[in-house]
Amino acid sequence: MSNRSFALVAFAFAVAFAAASQLIPNEYFFTAAYTVLQFVILATAWNILGGYTGYVNFGSAAFFAIGAYSTVVLYNAFKAPLPVMIVAGTLVAGLAGLGLGYLTLRLRGVFFAIASLALSVVLFTFIVNWDYVGGARGAYVLQPREVPFGLPRYIHLLYVVMVLQAAVALVVARAIEKSTIGRGLAAIRDDELAAECSGVPTLRLKIFSTMVSCALMGMAGTTFPYYLSFIEPSSAFSLSYAVNSIAMPLIGGMMSWIGPLIGAILLGSVQQLVQVMFSLGAWNLLIVGALLVLFVTLAPNGIMGWVETWRRRKGH
Amino acid sequence: MEGSTALVVNAIIAGLLLGGFYAAVSLGISISFGMLDVVNIAHPAFIILGSYVAYIVNDRFGLDPIVVSLVLSPLFFALGMALYRVYYICFEKRGQESLRGLAFFFGILFITEVTLVLIFGVDYRMVSTAYGDVTWRAGDVDLPMRLFVPFVVSLAMVIGVQLFLTHTFFGRAVLAVAQDQLALRLMGVNPVRVKELAFALSIATAGVAGAFLIVIQPVQPSIGREYIGLVFAVCVLGGMGSIWGTLIGALVLGLAESFTSTFFGPSWAPAVSFGLLLATLAFRPSGLLGR
Amino acid sequence: MAEMVLEVTGVVKRFGGFTALDGVDFAVRPGERVGLIGPNGSGKSTLVNCIAGTLRNEEGRVRFEGRDIHAYPAHRRIRLGLARSFQIPKPFGSMSVLDNLCVPLLYAAREGARRGQVADEANHILRQVGLHEKAHAMSGGLTQVDMRKLELARAMAAKPKLLMSDEAMAGLSTSEVDDILELLMGLKAQGVAVIMIEHVMRAVMKFSERIAVLVAGRKIADGDPQTVVGNAEVVKAYLGE
Repeated sequence: MSNRSFALVAFAFAVAFAAASQLIPNEYFFTAAYTVLQFVILATAWNILGGYTGYVNFGSAAFFAIGAYSTVVLYNAFKAPLPVMIVAGTLVAGLAGLGLGYLTLRLRGVFFAIASLALSVVLFTFIVNWDYVGGARGAYVLQPREVPFGLPRYIHLLYVVMVLQAAVALVVARAIEKSTIGRGLAAIRDDELAAECSGVPTLRLKIFSTMVSCALMGMAGTTFPYYLSFIEPSSAFSLSYAVNSIAMPLIGGMMSWIGPLIGAILLGSVQQLVQVMFSLGAWNLLIVGALLVLFVTLAPNGIMGWVETWRRRKGH
Repeated sequence: MEGSTALVVNAIIAGLLLGGFYAAVSLGISISFGMLDVVNIAHPAFIILGSYVAYIVNDRFGLDPIVVSLVLSPLFFALGMALYRVYYICFEKRGQESLRGLAFFFGILFITEVTLVLIFGVDYRMVSTAYGDVTWRAGDVDLPMRLFVPFVVSLAMVIGVQLFLTHTFFGRAVLAVAQDQLALRLMGVNPVRVKELAFALSIATAGVAGAFLIVIQPVQPSIGREYIGLVFAVCVLGGMGSIWGTLIGALVLGLAESFTSTFFGPSWAPAVSFGLLLATLAFRPSGLLGR
Repeated sequence: MAEMVLEVTGVVKRFGGFTALDGVDFAVRPGERVGLIGPNGSGKSTLVNCIAGTLRNEEGRVRFEGRDIHAYPAHRRIRLGLARSFQIPKPFGSMSVLDNLCVPLLYAAREGARRGQVADEANHILRQVGLHEKAHAMSGGLTQVDMRKLELARAMAAKPKLLMSDEAMAGLSTSEVDDILELLMGLKAQGVAVIMIEHVMRAVMKFSERIAVLVAGRKIADGDPQTVVGNAEVVKAYLGE
């Protein structure tokens, strides 16, 4: 299926999901769906650098927060319209990814991973000290009273936006995966030295991959302040984002765009259920962490890996 | 002594004392990452674990946390052995270290932090020691015991490990395993066993360093993550695999943080280690004493 | 001379206190078959790495087709036509044999963007090396000799003017060595110069139009195979006093 066809299918699904949601009476659906869609985007984005290229980014929360806080800055500055905020947040996050990548991607992959983890802490410190965005006390980002497109509540609009963003993320990921660039990234992942000696401009591709991945993670965060109506550093930098963006692609399968989608929907839904039934946030995270360790040791190719093995065994 | 001079002198002293502590904290990574090439980013989790173990015993029985941690270090040693065994079977043997190993240790770090939150909550925990409130004074110069005692024991531990590595057969085997595993095998030494025990040693030092931490400052589960940048910054700065390098790197970092704290405010301190790490990686990746 | 496809002059490479290459001069003519031999640790692979760009020499010049490529990263050198295979095969483990070739075809040879073209060309090369049957097998599960063939096939897929084969025959059986030898000999017909680094003397003697000998980072002999092999210093280096 060509990129164009896939994009059309993806957006058709997005529109369908958006329209169908209006038939759902339960308001909680939108809250839960928003969270799951966040994870779809984060997992898909993470996998572009993690699964496709083989470089682990522990700082997903940092780039997510960049997207969120760009929105806060633009809201405080001149109440920019939502599309502007989304584009801005995406760009800033992409630039931050460029910066991190440029500084650390010439070295071994572990240094990139460590630097990304440290980046989260540093960015958190920076935001906590920055009064313009509310610092540790947090900032209010109030939902407009008038909901565009005649939707009943603002959360419905946010849901639609997230569905569209998820479609964008999936289309981008798949396009990269199937392209020449995707082959280059896979070569880097499998053996970076051999890739370089096969003509792959490894540094350039790694930086590209990092930029796209971080930009999409920022995109996921741009609507977050509106979702909560209030943003403070510990929710933007929540541990949940860091661990889920790694666990979901790992559990779903890191080799293609389908894995993160499956992982996000499965794991995201499980966490929502646990939250509803036991309402204990920390247990949620413990389960995700345990699943991460379990899968990485016993089933490193994830669910899609099982599917592939099964298909191969059937003589495909 | 003039006001600003006293400020600088105290900043230097605090920086050195902190630096000694940072050396103890980073010692384990110097072994596991610098010598064994295992990216154990869960190292800070064991430090925090050590802090909480010290806290529990101190809270229940009133015993000195540092003494307790030294006595209980065999437990951490055993934990380290078990962890390495899992890591080796699942990753190193299959040649999958890079991505999967990282994710594995991240998972361990994560689970540890969340479990501690579930058991202890997010409140800060402190210990009470005989010397915790004591401060030696000489004019305007302060020497807080809560920094000085961990500093002394840290130095002892660092020097002890260095001597162990250079003067015992096993220690030299560890140094050798980083360079030539085949030669080691030909000498009748099992490199995997050596690495396992060395890794266990690194975790044991983490447990002890945890006691130092909780003597110096109150602790809560998420502090571990703040130390990741610091610990690797110290190692990279000092040139990996060199214990003296780690010590020097730690002192440099301690001083940098102390000065930042004194002149720009304490909330910027976490950024210092990261900044130093990035600068080192960008300009001199082999570290100050680089190999 | 402008007619040299490769010219290495005065190359020095140090690792800390250890000098791996101590002023090596070396040249290769277009289409020439050169053998590079020497005891273990003499610097052969280091020289290959410095030429290929995966290591940077501290001193000296590397000229490819008259161009000074010192500043060029490895991926740029191979695009110019300077290919190498690895001593320990490094296949792209998640890809099939065919897909392994697509990477250098797309990136080094800059083969046409249409996917069909690339696959055809890849199959053509696989046929040349005798891996055509295994085109869709996963590259991670191949036999040793097939992995060596894949290494060479990948280097060939870059459409090189010079190919450096780094101990492709190590540990292979006699018939397997002959397979690889035939492969390498066939490259001359395509105008590709080959530097063969080997310990299998039978193959080196059969293959080389010229032999260079490296000992402890220095070139101690360079010329006609029979003469070089009879050289007293060369014999001493290999057999000791």
